[in-house]
Amino acid sequence: MSFLLSCPFCGPRPVDEYAYFGEVTTRPTGSPSLRELTDYVYFRDNVAGLQREWWQHRTGCGEWFLAERDTRTNEVLEVMLPEPRKPAS
Amino acid sequence: MRLPARDGERIDRSRTVSFAFAGWKVTGFEGDTIASAAFAAAKRVFSRSFKYHRPRGLLCCSGHCPNCMMTVDGVPNVRTCVEPIREGAVVEGQNVRWSLDFDFMSLTDKVGGPFTPVGFYYRTFIRPRAAWPLYEKFLRNAAGLGKLDPHAGHSRRYDTEHRRARVLVVGGGEAGRAAARDAAKAGPGVVLVDEDARLRDLALDGVEVLAPARALGVWEGGLVPVDAGTLLYRFRTERIVVATGATEQPLVFPGNDLVGVMLPGGVRRLIHDFSVQPGTRAVVLGADDETLSVAEDLAEVGIEVARVVDLRDSRPRELVAHGGKGRVRGLLLDGEDIDCDLVVASGGRQPAYSLLAQAGARVEYDEALGVFVPTEVPTGVEAVGSVTGEGLSRIAPEPAYPGKGKCFVCVCEDVTTKDLKRAIGEGFDSIELAKRYTTTTMGPCQGKLCHLPSIRLYAHENRMYETAVGTTTARPPWAPVELGLLAGRELAPVRRSSMHWRHEEAGATIQWAGPWKRPYAYGERPEDEVRAVHESLGVIDVSTLGKLFVEGPEAVALLERLYPNRFGDMKPGRIRYGVLTSDGGRIMDDGTIARLADDLFYVTTTSTGADAVTAWFEWWNAVWGYEAEIVNVTGALAAVNLAGPSSRDALQRLTEDDVSAEEFRYLDARELDVAGVPTLALRIGFVGELGYELHFPSPAGEHLWDRLVAEGARPFGLEPQRVLRLEKGHVIVGQDTDSESNLFSSGMSWLPKLDKDDFVGKFALEHFAQREEKERLVGFTMEENVVPAEGAQVVIEGMPSGRVTSARRSEAVGNVIGLAWVPADRAEAGTRVEIQVDRLRRGASITHGAFFDPAGERMRS
Repeated sequence: MSFLLSCPFCGPRPVDEYAYFGEVTTRPTGSPSLRELTDYVYFRDNVAGLQREWWQHRTGCGEWFLAERDTRTNEVLEVMLPEPRKPAS
Repeated sequence: MRLPARDGERIDRSRTVSFAFAGWKVTGFEGDTIASAAFAAAKRVFSRSFKYHRPRGLLCCSGHCPNCMMTVDGVPNVRTCVEPIREGAVVEGQNVRWSLDFDFMSLTDKVGGPFTPVGFYYRTFIRPRAAWPLYEKFLRNAAGLGKLDPHAGHSRRYDTEHRRARVLVVGGGEAGRAAARDAAKAGPGVVLVDEDARLRDLALDGVEVLAPARALGVWEGGLVPVDAGTLLYRFRTERIVVATGATEQPLVFPGNDLVGVMLPGGVRRLIHDFSVQPGTRAVVLGADDETLSVAEDLAEVGIEVARVVDLRDSRPRELVAHGGKGRVRGLLLDGEDIDCDLVVASGGRQPAYSLLAQAGARVEYDEALGVFVPTEVPTGVEAVGSVTGEGLSRIAPEPAYPGKGKCFVCVCEDVTTKDLKRAIGEGFDSIELAKRYTTTTMGPCQGKLCHLPSIRLYAHENRMYETAVGTTTARPPWAPVELGLLAGRELAPVRRSSMHWRHEEAGATIQWAGPWKRPYAYGERPEDEVRAVHESLGVIDVSTLGKLFVEGPEAVALLERLYPNRFGDMKPGRIRYGVLTSDGGRIMDDGTIARLADDLFYVTTTSTGADAVTAWFEWWNAVWGYEAEIVNVTGALAAVNLAGPSSRDALQRLTEDDVSAEEFRYLDARELDVAGVPTLALRIGFVGELGYELHFPSPAGEHLWDRLVAEGARPFGLEPQRVLRLEKGHVIVGQDTDSESNLFSSGMSWLPKLDKDDFVGKFALEHFAQREEKERLVGFTMEENVVPAEGAQVVIEGMPSGRVTSARRSEAVGNVIGLAWVPADRAEAGTRVEIQVDRLRRGASITHGAFFDPAGERMRS
């Protein structure tokens, strides 16, 4: 892996500067069943294609952001800052 | 033998250089390579082949083939045909038993042939299974290349340099130079690399020339690593121009690997660069003008050309090079024996497309040229010159010429036409499979000299067209590279606290702790340091703790979400022990959380967890967006733990602030002025005695350390601290817990507040709270005075049932104590278990809670 990734603040930088935190998942709310919880904690879609995922510019500015990446080609179509939402309760 | 001095030769005849070649002293000239000097000194055998130990001599003289690979000054697999000569070098043969000219193992060539067909070791050595280690030992010794001395130190130092280039041109031939010149007109940032050392002095306006240097591959993002000997350049490029030219391919006929069979390029280099006479009587074989014209070069220096065979006009029914002792003595051509000691033969030139294919270009067989050419070169990459097939003449020799004797398709791996035919016969019906089975193209040349011949033969045998066969996948590295260069130099920074040199001065034993260097103990007797803490006063450097400020109107809300603990009810100036859990409910890290003001918290983490916890906090806050700032001050602040019954008195002597038991209670956090240093003091009890963790600006480290030691504090290291915390039954996350441990199994079921609003790990902890844990973390006391190893087995009723995570001898307790995971139904206090110590099982009994001062009166005093 040696592709370039654009930090929303710092611009294109080698991917080694970033930490990867996996695909964007949806955290269950309310009182999830054990199965729902296990799905969320341990299972990933692992798509061959477009994926929204978390990255942090770990050795750069430290920002967390989202990237839309084609997992087959490592082509990054878009990077964006997350839209944070406070948990309901 | 040297030719008379010639124009354009690279050698300086006024300066001689001597070195040892396989035990012989050889003298050459400045400008020679090791191989050219040895060849001039009548050395003809440079190596023994991979499998059959056949003598091998110079073939390509351009650093591609394996034939000249030798061990030079202990470095194996050096291509001596491109390695510059140097005074006193020791050059030795490899894969040889006895000597280059007489190798015992060449028996495999004489008798092994029928018994060692392709893939023989997969089949022959499979039975009996148990004997494989024996076979393997023999086989590994029987075949191969140079040997790496596992005990050798670093032969040289390697470095990596990160570079940028607007345009990187690979190959310094005419086309490459022209492309570089054009690119330089458009602006700076043009770099040209070439493997030929002669280009070092090439002057091109506005172009940086790196030679000798090899581009190893093309990775995504325009990354091209360039091997420049002991320096690896990692080039990030906007545009890559590939001008790698075309590589001469050996002609496939029986005896084509004999010493004295050479490629035209190799012969030309010997003559023109080094003024070395390649032979006395030559035969030229070729199917293109460029190959055949080598006859003129030979004639020019007075070498007799016995025959020029144009393979376009004739199709010999027999074409065999033969000789004695592995050297060519003659060529059999349709029954006629032509006497010669040099056969110059080539099957044409194949574009060196590997880098382009790695970059994503397609490679297709060009029927008009009879070679593979790159097509559909991706954007950002360009191919110029003969690598595109441009300027090559059509060539289509026979895939193999008939006759008796071994006929090599791949000289690196000793693969013969017979091997490849047999593989096809056995049903390896794709070129990728046949390649893996026979290992053709998998040797040091990486297919440079055998890829095209293999595919030609494969297509012929299968009665297919080359277009249908296709090629094998081109993978980096394109050229052989020293492992040291890929490993580079260890540049991980060592972290030392601001008091580190005081520890060294005090004679501390220093050990690694994650990225940190920390004192293990300050003498031979860590137990004395333990006693000092129990009886009077000790001080330990804990600057390695992770330290974070969390500040903002919603700081408390953020922490409530991150920890299973409750913080909303904490008053400023108080401290709480907190454990971070993952959403899977597993323990991640622990530390203390001090509330300094309504909207300001000071969080400590484990020494190894600082960065991960910071990233974890920041990630969750990127999800939630609480109005809180997270600042990692691990390096900015130093910290010491002043502990022992007299720590209060010592601290009071250094500060005018009131630190009395009433004013500064257990689990209080106070901002103090200690010896003139603004300090955040946390009254906590990790080591079980009255103690204060002092956090203060790093630059004041030595000053404060000196003042504390002057007040009578005895420095103690990690080992005494481990004993002290174990006496209290305090868990070290990562040592006593692992990625499966949760708060319930680890004996901290009091900690999570499940009636809180949602927090990370809550759902999982709710599930854990309702189920029976299988294992529990408990304490144990040994019946005898023996210390089990960490990881030792806990044995119950003869069955391995658990494991020890920590164990130490404690003077204060008077026993050997420890922590262990045991089945939940055997976790009751007083249960007798056995623990494996060395080879014996020793009795121990389960305990709960602290071993020492179970009520915690000392740390609360």
